[in-house]
Amino acid sequence: MKHLEEYRNPDAVKHYVRRIMETAGRRFTIMEICGGQTHAILKYGIDRLLEDNIGFIHGPGCPVCITPADKIIAAMEIASSDDVIFCSFGDMLRVPAGGGDLLSTRASGADVRMVYSPIDALKIARANPEKTVVFFAIGFETTAPATALAVYKAKMENLSNFSMLVSHSLVLPAVRYILSSPDNGIDGILAAGHVCTVSGYEGYEEIAREFEMPITVTGFEPVDLLRGIYSCVRLMESGKNIVDNQYSRAVVREGNKTARDMIGEVFRVADSEWRGIGIIRESGLVLREEYADYDALKRFGVSAPAVSESNECISGEVLKGNRKPYHCPAFGTKCTPEHPLGATMVSSEGACAAYYNYMEVRDRE
Amino acid sequence: MQCPVPLDKYPHIQLAHGGGGKLMQDLVSNMFRAAFDNAHLGGQTDSAVLDIPAGRTAFTTDSYVVSPLFFPGGDIGSLAVYGTVNDLATSGANPLYLSAGFIIEEGFSMETLWKITQSMAEAAKETGVMVVTGDTKVVERGKCDGVYINTSGIGTIEHDLDISPRSIKEGDAVLITGDIGRHGSAVMSAREHLGFEGGIKSDSAPLADMVAGLIEAEIDIHCLRDLTRGGLAAALNEIASAAGCSIDIVESAVPVSREVSAFCEITGIDAYHIANEGRMAIFLPHEFAEDCLGLLIERDKINLPSLIGRVIFDGKSRVRIENPYGVIRILDIPSGELLPRIC
Repeated sequence: MKHLEEYRNPDAVKHYVRRIMETAGRRFTIMEICGGQTHAILKYGIDRLLEDNIGFIHGPGCPVCITPADKIIAAMEIASSDDVIFCSFGDMLRVPAGGGDLLSTRASGADVRMVYSPIDALKIARANPEKTVVFFAIGFETTAPATALAVYKAKMENLSNFSMLVSHSLVLPAVRYILSSPDNGIDGILAAGHVCTVSGYEGYEEIAREFEMPITVTGFEPVDLLRGIYSCVRLMESGKNIVDNQYSRAVVREGNKTARDMIGEVFRVADSEWRGIGIIRESGLVLREEYADYDALKRFGVSAPAVSESNECISGEVLKGNRKPYHCPAFGTKCTPEHPLGATMVSSEGACAAYYNYMEVRDRE
Repeated sequence: MQCPVPLDKYPHIQLAHGGGGKLMQDLVSNMFRAAFDNAHLGGQTDSAVLDIPAGRTAFTTDSYVVSPLFFPGGDIGSLAVYGTVNDLATSGANPLYLSAGFIIEEGFSMETLWKITQSMAEAAKETGVMVVTGDTKVVERGKCDGVYINTSGIGTIEHDLDISPRSIKEGDAVLITGDIGRHGSAVMSAREHLGFEGGIKSDSAPLADMVAGLIEAEIDIHCLRDLTRGGLAAALNEIASAAGCSIDIVESAVPVSREVSAFCEITGIDAYHIANEGRMAIFLPHEFAEDCLGLLIERDKINLPSLIGRVIFDGKSRVRIENPYGVIRILDIPSGELLPRIC
């Protein structure tokens, strides 16, 4: 934990805030890609420390938020089947879809368990041969390698009582999608360190060239973020449209090849729906034909039904960076973490939850 | 001490142990009455008949369903005593009597039940309370998770202070009696087998002696609150709401151990939202804060108390926290179950 203190050091924070203020010749708009970055920026008040110089647009990188509602409905249906143990990451359990969520499915009698890793779900399958174990595989490049490994191991072991409801997404196609909107107003990007540990940042180099904007890879601690923002401001000032890696203690340019190979062994790239945004080309992962037996949708014959979303919720616009959570008339009134209208209000990485938790919501009422 | 119920005959709880017949009588007299041994447990009357001095009396109840039953730093037995004793103590009462209700799952290990009962008896002795009445029910296998315990407590208020949110005044200092987040992280780590190196021990401990010491030293306590479920954030928000005041605290003054910080990093859970079982917040006039800190340090050589903030009456009821970079944000209560993040 010594390192944590280092990356939260108040003197270092003040130093970078000062340097950013001195360097920025005008007000810049930066998009941070990941919900983890958004939460850190709001929690530590980095947005307020820099409010005269930097405007933040919050990116789509919240895996729980963008998991389509129809997949969650399918999850609830599978979890309610006889003799099923349904395993999910914790913060997926509260996400609303079609008037319910997995916690309410559990309350109605389903065996829904929170796990920390798909490998834990695999252990549950081995220990319960008389049950069918289903893992809700969601997330970006960060969680996909472990999911792939779990399926790979299950196949090696011929484990027949294990399958997955897959809803994996890839970050880069979504970044490209958002930047393709002509009036996005974004001057620079903070790429998420966690995803880059796996994917590397060669793909970001193409984006920096194509969309003519600098990109900095950052970590999630205040000093990491501020160092990244400082780098981004310098690049924006000098007009250098390149990628700068300010998270070199975890990220290398080529990423983690072993992890990517494991993803490639089990999954292939396909078009994918992002909740609130729509279909983004080649932005998802689906099981390859060789692993199709592990597809829970096929195994349970569940077709993910189309779901109509709350027409009050603007989470899609929030995820695309077009609107701020407090622009929503339901924010903090009709929509709260206890009674969410959209996923962005419940996820620990959702932008609405970040604003609700860290801003003075009550003053806006 | 050996389990007094013959284990070779009854190694596990059977439904009949709660059925009111011979087996139940054996369990009650050999296990519970033996462990909690006191004059009120004679079994002559349906209720314990108590002599309570005239004046204000505090009465509270709480149920304990912790899983796992044994966790680093404590177990459900001692927790069921400390928890209720602490509710009395933070109301300013001197804890005197407890009741103990057991709901036990059929098939539960007799030896484990004995260990839990022993732990309760030791905790009762340590805190100077008597378990004077009780109840035993056995439910079918699968209808509960091992054992649940309910304890109710009675204590007497032997001073003139009105220890409650309504006594809170403008400018009151807010103290906490030690580092936060231990109990919840210890239990969650044990339950989920997170295997933290070095381990996190629950802070489960009685607070009654500490409160009595402060009252004896004539510290002008305005309000006390133990920081249980929902952690420091929930406790402060409840008080702000009850007293109609705002509470401003300073992040760097709130002690969090390295182990708990690591737990929070990995799970994404905020230390302010994690349950404690041996910590309380103290509200008192600012001029008493130094004396109070001194007394707390004298009494408890291990845990460092801290002055974390102050009360302001600004027409709102909110808790705000200032971080080391000078940014102030809202500290809200946690929403529902604490769920670890995905990545």
